[in-house]
Amino acid sequence: MKYGVLVFPGSNCEHDAYHMVSKVLHLPVEFIWHQSSDLRGCDAIIIPGGFSYGDYLRTGAIARFSPVMEAVKKFAAAGGLVIGICNGFQILLESGLLPGAMLRNKGLKYVCRHVHVRVESVETPFTSLAKHGRVLQIPIGHMEGNYFADDSTLGQLEQKGQVIFRYCTADGQVTDAANPNGSLANIAGICNEQRNVLGMMPHPERASEAVLGCDDGLVVFQSMVSSLELLSVT
Amino acid sequence: MRKIMITEIEMTPEVLSRHNITAEEYQRIVRVLGRQPNLTELGIFSVMWSEHCSYKSSKVHLKRLPTTGARILQGPGENAGIIDIGGDYAIAFKIESHNHPSFIEPYQGAATGVGGILRDIFTMGARPIAALNSLRFGPLEQSKNRSIMEGVVAGIAGYGNCFGVPTLGGEVVFEESYSGNPLVNAFALGIFKKDQIFYGKASGVGNPVIYVGSKTGRDGIHGATMASAEFDEESESKRPNVQVGDPFLEKLLLEACLEAMKTGAIVGIQDMGAAGLTCSTCEMGGRAGTGIEIDLQYVPQRETGMTPYEIMLSESQERMLLVAEKGREEEVFEVFRKWEIDAVTVGQVTDDGLLRVKDQGQVVAEIPNSALTDEAPLYQRPIRKPVSEFVDASLTKSALPRLACGQVLRKFLSSPNLASREWVYHQYDHMVRTNTVQLPGGDAAVIRIKGTEKALAMSLDGNGRYCRQDPRRGAQIAVAECCRNLVCVGALPLATTNCLNFGNPEKPEIMWQLSEVIDGMAEACRMFETPVTGGNVSLYNETLGEGIYPTPVIGIVGSIEPVTHMTGCWFTGDGQTVALLGGLSEPCDDYRAAVEQAFRETEPELNSLKDAYTRWANRLPCPPLDLPQERRVQQACLKAIQEGLIRAAHDCSDGGLAVALAEMSFSNFHAAGRGARLSLPAADFPAGVLFGEYQSRILVTLEEVHWEALQKIAAGYGVELLRLGTTGGDRLTIQDGSSTLIDEPVAELESIWRHSLGQYFKR
Repeated sequence: MKYGVLVFPGSNCEHDAYHMVSKVLHLPVEFIWHQSSDLRGCDAIIIPGGFSYGDYLRTGAIARFSPVMEAVKKFAAAGGLVIGICNGFQILLESGLLPGAMLRNKGLKYVCRHVHVRVESVETPFTSLAKHGRVLQIPIGHMEGNYFADDSTLGQLEQKGQVIFRYCTADGQVTDAANPNGSLANIAGICNEQRNVLGMMPHPERASEAVLGCDDGLVVFQSMVSSLELLSVT
Repeated sequence: MRKIMITEIEMTPEVLSRHNITAEEYQRIVRVLGRQPNLTELGIFSVMWSEHCSYKSSKVHLKRLPTTGARILQGPGENAGIIDIGGDYAIAFKIESHNHPSFIEPYQGAATGVGGILRDIFTMGARPIAALNSLRFGPLEQSKNRSIMEGVVAGIAGYGNCFGVPTLGGEVVFEESYSGNPLVNAFALGIFKKDQIFYGKASGVGNPVIYVGSKTGRDGIHGATMASAEFDEESESKRPNVQVGDPFLEKLLLEACLEAMKTGAIVGIQDMGAAGLTCSTCEMGGRAGTGIEIDLQYVPQRETGMTPYEIMLSESQERMLLVAEKGREEEVFEVFRKWEIDAVTVGQVTDDGLLRVKDQGQVVAEIPNSALTDEAPLYQRPIRKPVSEFVDASLTKSALPRLACGQVLRKFLSSPNLASREWVYHQYDHMVRTNTVQLPGGDAAVIRIKGTEKALAMSLDGNGRYCRQDPRRGAQIAVAECCRNLVCVGALPLATTNCLNFGNPEKPEIMWQLSEVIDGMAEACRMFETPVTGGNVSLYNETLGEGIYPTPVIGIVGSIEPVTHMTGCWFTGDGQTVALLGGLSEPCDDYRAAVEQAFRETEPELNSLKDAYTRWANRLPCPPLDLPQERRVQQACLKAIQEGLIRAAHDCSDGGLAVALAEMSFSNFHAAGRGARLSLPAADFPAGVLFGEYQSRILVTLEEVHWEALQKIAAGYGVELLRLGTTGGDRLTIQDGSSTLIDEPVAELESIWRHSLGQYFKR
């Protein structure tokens, strides 16, 4: 099982994702440059955080035109696993691989701190090893994390169980006070209809090692590993 | 026949004054060139001989700093200092100021300050992995100061976050002194393998000189000269002098430079910072003893009709100058093409020691490199110790004020100088690169080094309030406090960088302050074995003739190995013993009397003042410091941590013992807050004991079972160890004898402390 980490001009967290897969999960991983239209046989794709293209125009707006994103679209259509973290989530939204859009944080400032999110569904390859309703402590770091979708899109997301993570209190209450950026319905992460593409604003790779203070984020990657193993067996 | 352009304009006193060149300096230029300079050459001299670039007022004093040590791979003189941290790794680090631009245009001034220091690190070949900053503003009651602070913090965040370096810590201080002269000192640290260090040298005659990065525009022209002069009523019009930054471009530049360095084709490289092309060319030539010849027609430009003067002086950001091995240029160009950054050969290395600037083949400036660098003027400016302004407090014999110490603590914790800084650091990405093992809010920033058992700790500590009364001792205290912060997280302090922020050096009293501060720093750095690897001097921080407090900002890096020794500053459990390393001795009657007097004067206004702490603290003289004692206390603390005895360690500084104890009781990432029941020896004036800013004191918590072992370590270092009490409960209770001095719910103290700074910015 090989993981691919996309690298755009301006990506910052690709090294963090690479380290997590290589040194924490002990699995093969390689970087894929944005100009490449070949995903090099990777079984799962990580679109990392950062400021691709400096967030010019809109965050993620330019990255979606890279040759590599065409390849990712085909890969996703064929059922491949794709996770977009922070800027990666924003790129998935701009590419149309996930519905909705990101607005500027309600406080109009960049926010970097630990938050809590509640697992809303374990029926995805990214949360299969978690428990429904489990609270994870994972940090955020973003200026545009205020998720927005129109009423009918939101209705569909809720109805089809595509909301995967919601901001919550330490004991799992979904409240306004627990919402760090004004995101609609406290949405922190969603998946597509086929449930093989996930976008999340918090950075699970920043909470994957005890030395960093918290390893709640590990369950997201462990779920991916487990799901891929199951897929290869069946 | 070689033709030099004749002087375009007459060199009137007004022209010289606009360039900050004195009449004597002009005569010197004429002697060096053997002729009058033309305007382009005058511009080049004016930036290279400016205070900011030449250090002409400070160099004679800076050489008294200790700059050597077993670990030092590169001391002052290059773009950053470098030390060996073992295991084939080295770190490059430095601090620099961007004060004047941050007053004129706070966001871009601060942003480009960060950009500049980051380039100084990666030009040496090191990937920046940590950034800190020391900020000083006027009181937040004034809207201008709030607006400057908002702009500065947003600028640092905007640049650092996009570039992808974690901004992990530093300090923020508020004093009226900085109202017209905010201080923005930016620190960065990078890591590399010892055999991958690059220097700013133009070696190899005939080698191509290559310009990479952003196109050159008209921004920032005379930025260096602006930083070398005071502000007056016309300062607003200096806005075009402030450079504009593009962190995305700098990120691409970083990746391209590091990749190009791996090809082995790069011989020397330097970033274009203050004085842009001028500085990088002559400094690279100066260091290698070679000359550089460039033709400006090849310089990528984003504006039309730029003159040689403008191109040479432009401070457009995100540009580097490199020298490649002749014949291997293509290897370098290929990397920059991949990252879509301009890379153009603009000239070559020569053997005549001259900076020769051509435009379309015509020579437009020709100056010996050494005249611009090593042989720039050096001034031994007059020094005069000012008349002391402090009244001898011991003469006052009136009664001691009766104070409710709990009220004082609440009041002090609400001061912007003591309250939590999370309003600031939540705007900084402090986790990118997944190396941060101690989050902002502790005594020092700590990052791990992946693939090793090592961690690096960093702290920035500056001092204006103490230095204005006793510059020498105040500077010693700045260094001592910085080292103290590092040992509290379990780090051994290794080396120092510094930023010296002062007023006008042409005033003898200011020069005296600078000289004294340098002597104090030197004494302390020798005591703590933390040699100085480089730094920055920022002078002329004055507005309308009023200078800032003399403010040295010290940055020290330490190492923790293994990383599991890292210690926090919060109570980690109930029933632990709380003790004070260093004891409660008050070695100086004058200081104790001054603390009492300061309370006498502040007590009537305690409730009416918004910021009682800062008013009270400004009434205090510089506290006493016994350097050998401080050293012993720090060594005892570090030894105890390394032996696994200590659960938390926190130094006493601003606000004294009571504020430090309150800080330890607050909730943090790892645990909820918790209180403690403590008792002190009876005292005549408890408020003096609780809040006096005595030095050389470290609070520690430990399991009672380790008490004897800690006593033994303390005794071994000749350091007093005073048992204070036990952690537990939800109140902070401090008694002396039978009376209760402080009995406050931790949650309420924490709420005041956590929210006070943000209150100023609520809309």
